[in-house]
Amino acid sequence: MDGMHDLGGKQGFGPVRHRPNAPAFHATWEVRVNSLYSHAVRLGIFNMDEYRHAIERMDARHYLSASYYERTLTSLATLLVEKGVLSQDALERCAQGRFPLAAPSAQGRSNVAARRSHAVGDRVRVREDYVAGHVRMPGYIRGKTGLVVAISPAYPYPDAHAHGVQAADEPTYDVQFRSDHLWPESADAALVHVGVFESYLEPA
Amino acid sequence: MSDLDARLQVIAPVERRVDAVQALMDEQGLKASEAVEELGHAALHQWLPINGGRVVAKAWTDAAFKARLMDNGIQAVAELGIGMPLHHRHLVVLENTSAVHNVICCTLCSCSAIRVIGLPPDWYKELDFRARIVRESRTVLREMGLDLPAEVELRVWDTTADTRYMVLPERPGHTASWSEEQLAAMVTQDAMIGVARL
Repeated sequence: MDGMHDLGGKQGFGPVRHRPNAPAFHATWEVRVNSLYSHAVRLGIFNMDEYRHAIERMDARHYLSASYYERTLTSLATLLVEKGVLSQDALERCAQGRFPLAAPSAQGRSNVAARRSHAVGDRVRVREDYVAGHVRMPGYIRGKTGLVVAISPAYPYPDAHAHGVQAADEPTYDVQFRSDHLWPESADAALVHVGVFESYLEPA
Repeated sequence: MSDLDARLQVIAPVERRVDAVQALMDEQGLKASEAVEELGHAALHQWLPINGGRVVAKAWTDAAFKARLMDNGIQAVAELGIGMPLHHRHLVVLENTSAVHNVICCTLCSCSAIRVIGLPPDWYKELDFRARIVRESRTVLREMGLDLPAEVELRVWDTTADTRYMVLPERPGHTASWSEEQLAAMVTQDAMIGVARL
């Protein structure tokens, strides 16, 4: 989906608030929620693709204003409710207040029929696909052409795996894009590499 | 206004929401509180940058290990007792040189090589880094204290699938006589993400 999470190349943000040796966590509750969602994945209540997509499905304003671990919390709670483990009503009674959850999911999709394998050195183009559900194609590469520099072993295909749709695992290709092809005259000089699932690609 | 109405007006503080999830999961017999103990301990005490530091130090001092690391990252870090989660099927080590500089990000969320370089730092997961590092790469690095000469090739790696990446920083010249342990301790998480050079 073309949600707020798809941030690569979006403008209007400010300086990175960086310090050396910066912490991962700012509060104990953050460590707890990190453990809770990991435990839920470990138990098989949901998988990592469902987890990521439930974050993406948060209301746009909630997504942008929430802290990182509040997004984790919202995804965890949403999936626990959707999978029938808990109810939103019980959560709100227990928390003594509103517990906003993510919006419902669209349908997933299976592997693209026209997909084909590629080799290191191939020029490839990212398909002009618009996906309502989970997709790990950042918008900034849609329709762009790049060079395959490496190939990774097959992984569960996110567009299906986040939605309980049957699909074959797919290899991903590290595709190298020139920043001036991604954002002509509007980017610092760099080679941007993205791990692209086979279904997102076509020969260039 | 009834208690119910009052309750529905205000979003519960985040910590109370976490408490609610944990308590209700426990009530369902899911052993959430035990998991909080176990996984919290791992996150705070086990999955730390020093793991990556040891990998880097060994790669700097043992050419055969470095070759194995570049060929199969997962197997090589396993030699040092570092286990990756099963779903991370590939670890790619990106070597920084005087001519090439690599930096890693996850524009879509926060993916990183947690078991090797530790849980990602706060700024890595924040909107500003995620949005800007792919497009304003050199500017962002400069703001973070790393001013790369124009002739250095900059490679940005967006972690969008289950492959994980880590940077093998260039070894500083003044460390020629250092022990592996001393080397490991001086490797920072920032250097293994690629926002700093050592």
